[in-house]
Formats: sequence, structure tokens, C-alpha cells
Amino acid sequence: MSNQIKFVGRLFVLPLLLALSGCNMVVMSPSGDIAMQQRDLIVVSTVLMLLIIVPVVCLTFFFAWRYRNSNANAKYDPEWHHSTGLEVVIWSAPLAIIIALGAITWISTHKLDPYRPLDRIDAERALPAETKPLVVEVVALDWKWLFFYPEYGIATVNEMAAPVDVPIQFKITASSVMNSFYVPALAGMIYAMPGMQTQLHAVINKEGDFEGLSANYSGDGFSHMRFRFHGLQQGGFDEWVARVKQNGTALNRDAYLKLEKPSIREPVRYFATVEDGLFNAILNMCVHPGQMCMSEMMHIDMMGGGGVESRENRQKLEYDNRHANEEAPAATHPATGNPPRSEEPAEGVDEGGSSMNGMNHDAHEGHALPEGSQGGPAPAQLNTNESTQP
Amino acid sequence: MFGNTTLTQFIFGRLTLESFPYHEPIVVVTFIAVALGGLALLALVTKYKLWGYLWNEWFTSVDHKKIGIMYIVLAIIMLLRGFADAIMMRLQQAIAFGGNEGYLNPHHYDQIFTAHGVIMIFFVAMPFVTGFMNYVVPLQIGARDVSFPFLNNFSFWMTTAGAIIIMISLFVGEFARTGWLAYPPLSGADYSPGVGVDYYIWGLQVAGVGTTLSGINLIATIVKMRAPGMTFMKMPIFTWTSLCTNILIVATFPILTATLALLSLDRYAGTNFFTNDLGGNPMMYVNLIWIWGHPEVYILILPAFGIFSEVVATFCGKRLFGYASMVYATCVIMILSYLVWLHHFFTMGSGASVNAFFGITTMIISIPTGAKMFNWLFTMYRGRIRYELPMYWTVGFMFTFVIGGMTGVLLAVPPADFVLHNSLFLIAHFHNVIIGGVLFGLMAGVVYWWPKAFGYKLDRFWGLCSFWFWQIGFFFAFMPLYVLGLMGVTRRVSQFEDPSLQIWFIIAAFGAGLIALGIASFIIQLVVSFLKRDQLRDLTGDPWNGRTLEWSTSSPPPEYNFAFTPVVHDHDSWYDMKNRGYERPLGGFKPIHMPKNTGTGVVLSALSIALAFALIWYIWWLAIVSFVAIVGVSIAHTFNYNRDFYIPAETVTATEDARSELLADRT
Amino acid sequence: MTEKAHTQEAEAPQFYLEEEHHPEGSTMLGFWLYLMSDCLIFAVLFATHGVLGRNYAAGPSPADLFDLPLVAINTAMLLFSSITYGFAMLQMERNAKMETLFWLGITGLFGLAFLGLELYEFYHLIHEGAGPGRSAFLSSFFTLVGTHGLHVTFGIIWLITLMVQVKIRGLIPENRRRLMCLSMFWHFLDVVWIGVFSFVYLMGVLG
Repeated sequence: MSNQIKFVGRLFVLPLLLALSGCNMVVMSPSGDIAMQQRDLIVVSTVLMLLIIVPVVCLTFFFAWRYRNSNANAKYDPEWHHSTGLEVVIWSAPLAIIIALGAITWISTHKLDPYRPLDRIDAERALPAETKPLVVEVVALDWKWLFFYPEYGIATVNEMAAPVDVPIQFKITASSVMNSFYVPALAGMIYAMPGMQTQLHAVINKEGDFEGLSANYSGDGFSHMRFRFHGLQQGGFDEWVARVKQNGTALNRDAYLKLEKPSIREPVRYFATVEDGLFNAILNMCVHPGQMCMSEMMHIDMMGGGGVESRENRQKLEYDNRHANEEAPAATHPATGNPPRSEEPAEGVDEGGSSMNGMNHDAHEGHALPEGSQGGPAPAQLNTNESTQP
Repeated sequence: MFGNTTLTQFIFGRLTLESFPYHEPIVVVTFIAVALGGLALLALVTKYKLWGYLWNEWFTSVDHKKIGIMYIVLAIIMLLRGFADAIMMRLQQAIAFGGNEGYLNPHHYDQIFTAHGVIMIFFVAMPFVTGFMNYVVPLQIGARDVSFPFLNNFSFWMTTAGAIIIMISLFVGEFARTGWLAYPPLSGADYSPGVGVDYYIWGLQVAGVGTTLSGINLIATIVKMRAPGMTFMKMPIFTWTSLCTNILIVATFPILTATLALLSLDRYAGTNFFTNDLGGNPMMYVNLIWIWGHPEVYILILPAFGIFSEVVATFCGKRLFGYASMVYATCVIMILSYLVWLHHFFTMGSGASVNAFFGITTMIISIPTGAKMFNWLFTMYRGRIRYELPMYWTVGFMFTFVIGGMTGVLLAVPPADFVLHNSLFLIAHFHNVIIGGVLFGLMAGVVYWWPKAFGYKLDRFWGLCSFWFWQIGFFFAFMPLYVLGLMGVTRRVSQFEDPSLQIWFIIAAFGAGLIALGIASFIIQLVVSFLKRDQLRDLTGDPWNGRTLEWSTSSPPPEYNFAFTPVVHDHDSWYDMKNRGYERPLGGFKPIHMPKNTGTGVVLSALSIALAFALIWYIWWLAIVSFVAIVGVSIAHTFNYNRDFYIPAETVTATEDARSELLADRT
Repeated sequence: MTEKAHTQEAEAPQFYLEEEHHPEGSTMLGFWLYLMSDCLIFAVLFATHGVLGRNYAAGPSPADLFDLPLVAINTAMLLFSSITYGFAMLQMERNAKMETLFWLGITGLFGLAFLGLELYEFYHLIHEGAGPGRSAFLSSFFTLVGTHGLHVTFGIIWLITLMVQVKIRGLIPENRRRLMCLSMFWHFLDVVWIGVFSFVYLMGVLG
């Protein structure tokens, strides 16, 4: 009997030990209030379920041992197969747990809905009434992240920063395929989908350098589709913005169209100015000159379509095949003989970012995106992976 | 020159010499090994003049028992392929840290995880489960065969054709690099222009035909072919779970077929179902594929639950506790499995109420599942548990599965899912339930029904090795993934930067090594048992003191299963017969009406492979020819009205007398 | 031995049938299950059309494209074919081989007329630049209607096959069973078409 007690004891201690030893378990010790509440939810749900799991596991081993064939002392009742009382218990015990868990789920799902603006900074502090959130517009590109700060008129690639204890409102989209925007220390993930905007509200409560990544597989460069998320004090954040403005180049439509082409291990880039309406154009898949925006298309569709004489609209709306006439997109079959990506070195890397970017191994100085819009190769990745070449 | 190119293109489509991955050493070595092994096998078959035997007795057989065995052989072969993929991934992730890119580039790695998922679900778990249902269900309900014996043979060969198409992709061209559900737009023509996704689509479509038809077949069999007296509430639990599984198959596989058909139209005909542009909607694919995909999980687990129910009752020497609540639980799970699909993408931003609804329905499934767990538990209570091999797997399952169930409910809480979705925690969870539930169930089924199928038990020592390696290996391989998931590590990543993760991946790789030993022990177990079959022989047909009808006939059963159709009075009908003085009939045998063998299934399957290959490589002439041939062969088949025959009474008498002699010798 | 068996039989219940067991035929159930699975394919296509049916991609809408009178004639063709198939089944019940074949032939002709009109409509649409690649609405339209049309095509091939088989072997039980199956298939397609006509054409143009 004492063995069983020991065993049960161990079962309770084991997760605790794991939690303690895992000081780098970011999901269990995050730095943002939303992720913190999600962590609490994991713990509460687990404890609730252990209420029933632990007895079941113990009973399993106890019965398995007690009623073994060689134990002639145990009672043997080959016809015993029904007990209404027991049936009621075995259906209602899980039911009770699920009712409790279901209530928690309903409440927490609404409370932690990523679309819902925050009402507190952390467990102790409510959000002052007039606080305006920091708006960050996020675009998942093949295979890098582009961040717009519309209030500051700047943009960055593969690096973002936010002041601590200030709510952040993310507006998220993607350029080509589905990705998932995820900063484990900050908040849960949400999908980034082309032509659509998802939202996430979150706040970072601690200073620090955190990892962000794409959590939804998106092709060849997926493994390296990571960025740094800097939680900074207001002063540090202002410095960071100033540094972006000072070191960055301009992000206009042409520059975006080059940036958007598939590339792997893209270094950090800063853009000091951003063309008006660029994020909207990306969201509506109409950055390329002559493209019809999704919003316009939807408006026409609402009004009953473009009529029979609207053939030219089709071409204006084609989007997925935008790289077809250029170098083949990275997801190329090797048999075609096309290299998946250009081997040329990166055209421009901002040196300001390199000091903060752990992934920037081989940056050289220069301006992000040279002038002139010759149809040059895609901004290629550093550390070209030779084994991907046929 | 120009004319030459077009002619070549006409003949070979987009298939060129470059399509053969001879520049990838891993693939070349695999190919050589497979080719040598295959040639050796062919040579052996030829040397021992087995072609006629194989063709007449197996390939063209409409006997549900032989088809069931062939399904399981297919599953075991594909398990080796799927597991090879798993080992490669574990090795890559264990070494690819910091600057080290590992030995697999993303192009290769992405194919491997896609192939691993597709093969394990569609070509290991599915045929394994279907094989058991085919073999056991007609025996359990006292039938001589399934409702549509030819269709059964055809279904098997279509499943095999799907597996062959997927295997061809290893050596000709490439496989999909999209993940096992091939979400568009990534799987669309513009972002995946190669042949990989086409292999995926046609492999699944061809196999899907077989799966759907076999589902229809087994439902009709269970509904119409039960022995007299076997009401629904007297059916063995495995038959019940098979019924629910096949209802799920018929009610979901058409959705998969339609969804993949729409994807293939996008790829082949330039339609805009799942494109970003021109009004397409990729989110619809995600919804549709999971409306199939979630019930699919229950298609796999329900028969495993059935196997455990049979095993527990048999080896506890006791009636199953709560038969009725077990049946209701199964049906509730079947229905609820339709109402939960959205929990696979809470992170798509559907809104809090929708997410909460699907989260709660998901949790509700754990209630009947929990009830089942308790039923097994209280079947053990006051039993006399004989620790034969199937019982090991069952106890191992009960322990392992509750952990997977718990993490599953955790993932059903939407805000928790936001941090755990697509992480290695999720990977650990579903391997926890699929290995701990489905696979353990299938292994229990193999050791449980092997003596029925072949007339001798499996070797205990190697069986125990296999069990312990699997059980311990599972914990080593997947507990680290739970931890990694909580460290924010997501799935499908081939290279890492944070060195503190590496130790966990190394532990996981070690666990995969243990599982490899488990699989090896299983294979050795089969070989050793075959060599020792005379010692392990069982002549009674009832080696475990079984409770259901399959144990009432000889091992292996005669092709007609039962000389006389049994009459059922109780859900443990064989136990009831033994208790109440059943005497095996010794005379008065009548001729037995049986279906004839046919080769049409093999031919149609071969033509389907040709059609799929032609479509994958744009070899249009071959596509047209093979399609016309499929239609032609099908029509020709319907002109054959001579499909059955009678086993003469003398043959039946001779078979039964031979068994009487064996039984007499034994005593 | 026999004595013992006798006494046993007096007490113990019967555990096996001494006569050959003839379970009910499963073909109708099996075919019905197949039809339900096919129905699910159509359900997916209808749902797809429900989601994408108004995504015109700044292109033509149903009101611009559909010629309702033509579709009405087409619908009539298919409904008539169902009626004539019913006549064929009545003749089959009367065991009248030639009459059955006659009505089957008429059914086939109506089916062909339906297909002809549908192909004409498709040709016309594609000619106008409203092919399946124009917009998501047209993709789902062509796929739904085309899938139905493919079913009708296979129904006609099956019908011809069965006519040959009835011709050769007469109205034997196997052929009757097959005619029953085709009958279910044919009426099923009719029901699906009523759905297509209402949801795709009528609600598209009027809704």
C-alpha cells in the first residue's frame, strides 16, 4: 500500500519538478499578461483533469495487480457485469469535471479572445481609460516578417520592438501562404493569411529580447522564419524608433515587391519611411501597379458583379501566379533545373539591426534595396544552403 | 529538334531523366536496397513456383479472411517505410543545431514529414484497422463472408494501389512538401508547382475509393448478415465499434474525396476554389479537410477500443462491465466526432463563441471515452487476469492513453491551444493517443487473433520484448516533445538555433531507437513463432478461452467459416455455448454456397496506378487509355454472371471430420 | 452419441441452424449507402457553392449568364427521363422485356438531350469568357453542374450496358436487381438536379 502512496506522490511531484527545472519553458513562464493568463489556464485545466486521471491510473495498476491470475485471494465473479450505481458514477464524474472545465473554457475563450482589446496591463494593474494601443501591422512574407508601425511611419523586417506595459494591437496578414504569428513570451498565436486580416491584442510586461516565429509550416524557408521581439522601456523604444528612422531606407511599392520575393534567413532591415497605404495594398493584394484591390472587387461583387463585359478584370485580379514569369518561386521542383533561390548575396543589409539580430551572420554594409528597379534577383538569403541546389 | 521535344513531351509528359532523384544519395541507397530486396523476393517466389499459389489463393481471393490478412501485411510493410521516415526526422532534429544543417535539406525533410503523416494514417493505421474488421467481423457475427466479396477484393487492391503510388514518388519525382493535409494555397499550383502534391492527391484518391467501398461493404455485412438471434444489442463490442467506424468512413471519406477533387481542379483546370485570388477561399479547404479529418481519428481509435474490450473480457475471464454503456459511449463518440472539427484551427480567428462551442463539444467527447475507460477498469475488477501478451498491451494502453486524453482536453481549451497549437506539444499529444491507443490496440489484436488466423500462438518472449521496447520507447520519444512544446518549439522545423533544446531532441531520438527495437522484436517474434509453430500450435480453435463466435470454429477457419450457421442467445455467444453444453455438429453437412475468386480487382487496381501516374506526369495519352480501360474492364466484369459455386457436402464433411480427428487426438 | 445429443437438445437451446442460412440480400442497402456517400460529395459541392457562389471576382453574375428558359427545358428533360424510367420499371414488373427495353431507350434519349443542352450551355459560357477559371463562383458552378453531368453520363453508359444485358439474358433476377439499382441512381440524380436548379440557377438569378 505504501508503494502506491509513494507512486501517487511521485505523480504529483513530477510535473512540479518539470516546471521547476524548465526555467526556459517559455510557455510556462512568459513575459506578457495574455500569455501569463494562458499559462494559468493550462495549469488550472491540468489540475482539474488530474482529479480524475490520477485515480484512474492508480486504480488501473491496483486492479491489474490485485486481480492477477496467481492471486487466489482476490474475489472472482465472472458474471458480475452491471451496477447501476457505478454506471452513474463513471458517467457523472467525468461529466462534472467537463462542466467545470467547460465553464472555464467559455469564460476564458471570451476573455482571451485575441480580437478583444485589453482591459488590463497585468494582474494588478487595470488599463487607464484613455490609453491608446500601439498599432503594429504584420505581414508574413516568404520567409520573413515585415512589421509596419503606422503611427511612426516606419517598418522593419525580422525585428520588432514594443514598450513594456503598453497594449499592442497587431493587424496581421500574409503575402502568399498561410503562416502563424507567434511570440511565445507575449501571447498565443494567430494565423496570418493572405487577403485577410487577423488581429491580436497583447502586452509585454518585462523588458527583454524574445523570440518570435511562424508556427504554421509555409514551405522551404519555414525553419528560419524567425524574428526578435524586443520588450523595451519607453525610452529605449523611442531610441529604437529613432535608430530605425536614422538607418533605414524607404519602403515604397517597388521596394516591397522585391522584398516580397521568396528568400531565406533574411537579415534585419529597417525602413525609415513607408509609402502611404502600403499595408492596405498588401492586405488587398494590389501592390503591383494595375492590380485591382480585393476591397474594390468585393464592392463590385456586392453590387452584383462586373457584368459579362469584364474580361480585363480577371487579369487585374490574378495574384498567385505573380512570380510565374520571373525566376521560378522557391518551391521549385529540382527537375526543372531552376535553382530554388538566387545564390547572390543579400543586396542590402542594415547595419543597425545586425547588432541585435542573432541570426544575422554575414551582413555587409550597404543600403537596403538599391535604387533602380531593374528586375534583379530576389533578395537572396545569406548562408545559401548548397544542398538545396540540384 | 523542336518536333523531337514535343514528341518526347507527348510520350512522357513532364517526366524527364531529371525527375529521377539519382543525385540524392539517401534515395539512391534506399532504391538499391528496395530493388535488391524486391528482386530477391521475386526470385524466391519464382524459384518455389509460388506465383500460381499467390495468384489463385491470395491476390484473386474474395475470402474476407485472406483479404484481411493481406490488408495487415500491407500495413506492416508500410509501417516500416513510415517508421524509416520517423527515424530520419528524429536524427535530423537531434543534430541540426547552431550552424549544423543536419543531413537533410528542407527540400528533403519537408517531403519526409509529409510522407510520414500520410503513410502512417492512410497506409498503416487504415489498412491495419480495415484488415482486422475484415478478418474478425464476419467471424464474430457468424457469417460466411462479407456482403459484397468481390468489392472487398477490389477495395483492398485500390488501397494497395494508393500505397504503390505513394511509394513510386520516392523514386520518381518527389512527394508533397506541404504537411500531411496539404493546406492551400501552399499546395496550390502556384506555390507547389511540382509533382509532389499530385502524387499526394492521386494516392489518396485511389486509396479513398477502396476505403469508402470497404466501409459500405462492412456496414451492409453487419446490418444484414448477422447470425440468427444476434440482435444489435447482442453484437460483440468489436463488431459494434466496427459498425460505428464504417458509418464514419462512409460519412466522411466522400468529403475527403470531394475536397481533394476541388484541390486537383485548382491544380489541373485553373479553377479558383482555394486560391488567394479571384474569389477563392483557402479557409474553406481547411474546414472541409478537417470535417473529414477529425472523424478519421475516431475511425482509427474506435476499432482499437473494440479490440481492448474483447481482450479485457477474455483475459479477465469475465463479462465486459457495462456492455450497454459501452455501446452508447461508442455511438455518442461517433456522433460527436462530427461536431468538433474546428478545434484543429482555433487560431484562425473564428471568434470567441465559435471557438468556445467547438472547444466544449471536444471536451464532451472525453465523457464517453472516460466511461469506456472505467468500463475496462471494472471489467478487471473481480476478474482473474491472465497476463498473456494482449493483456500487456491493454494495460499499457490504459496507462498511456489517459495521459494523451488529458493533453487532448487541454488542447481543446481555445486560449490554451493558442500557445500549444502547432507546437511539439501537439505532436506529442496525437502520437500519445495514436501510438498509445490505436497502435497498442492493433498490436494487442495481432497477438490476440494470430492463433485464430494461423493456428499457432505467437512467441511470448519476443512479444514481451516488443511490448516493453514500444512502451518505454514511447515515453522516451514523446515526453521530451511535450517539454519542447512548452518551450515554444513548433512542428515541421528542420533546423534549430537554441542549443538548450538539443538534449531533449537527443532523448527523443533515443526513444525512437527503442521503438525501432520494438518493431524489430515484433518482426523477430513473427519469424521465431513461425519456426516454432509446432510447439505453439493450438488445435482447439479456442486458445484463450474466448467468448465470441470466432473462437467456436477451427484455427485457421475453413473457407466457409462455419459448417452450420450458429444461433446466438447472448452477446458473449461462444462463452454461452460452452456454458450450456454446446456439442459440435459431426454430421448432416450440406453443400455451402460461396463466391468465386476473380482477378478483376487486381486488373482495375493496376489500371488505376497507370491512370494516376499518367495524371501526375501529364502523360495525357496514357491517362485516356487507362481510363477507357478501367471503364471497359468494369463493364466487362458485369457481363460475368457466373460468380458463385457450391462447396460439395463431401468436402465439408471431409474438412469437419479432419478437425474432429485433431480434436480427438488432443484429448 | 445420438442419444446424448437428443437429451441435450431437449434441455439446451439450439446453437446452430441445420439448414442453409439465407441472409437477406444486401445489395439494395449497399447501393443505398453508396448513394448516400455520393450525396455527401454533392453536399460538399453545394456547400462550396454556398460559400463561393457570390464571389464573382468583378466578373459576371448568375443574372448576367444564366438562361432560365433553357435550364427549364433541361430540367424538364431530366424529369421526363425519370418518369420514363418509372415506366420501364413497371414493364419490368410485368416481365415484358421488349417494352422495358423500349422505355429504357427513351430514358437514355432524354438523358442525352439533357447532356446535350448542358454541354451547349457550358460551351456558350466559356465562349463568353465565363469559364471555370474566371471566378470562384464560376469554378463552383461548373464543378457542381459538371459533376452532376458526369454522373448522368455514367448513368447513360450503365443504362446502355444494362440494355445489352437485358437483351441477352432477359429479365433474370440479377438484371432486375441491377435495373433497380440504376433506377435508384437515376432518381437520385433527378433529386440532386432539383437542388441544383433551385439553389444554383433560380436563387442565383432571382435571389
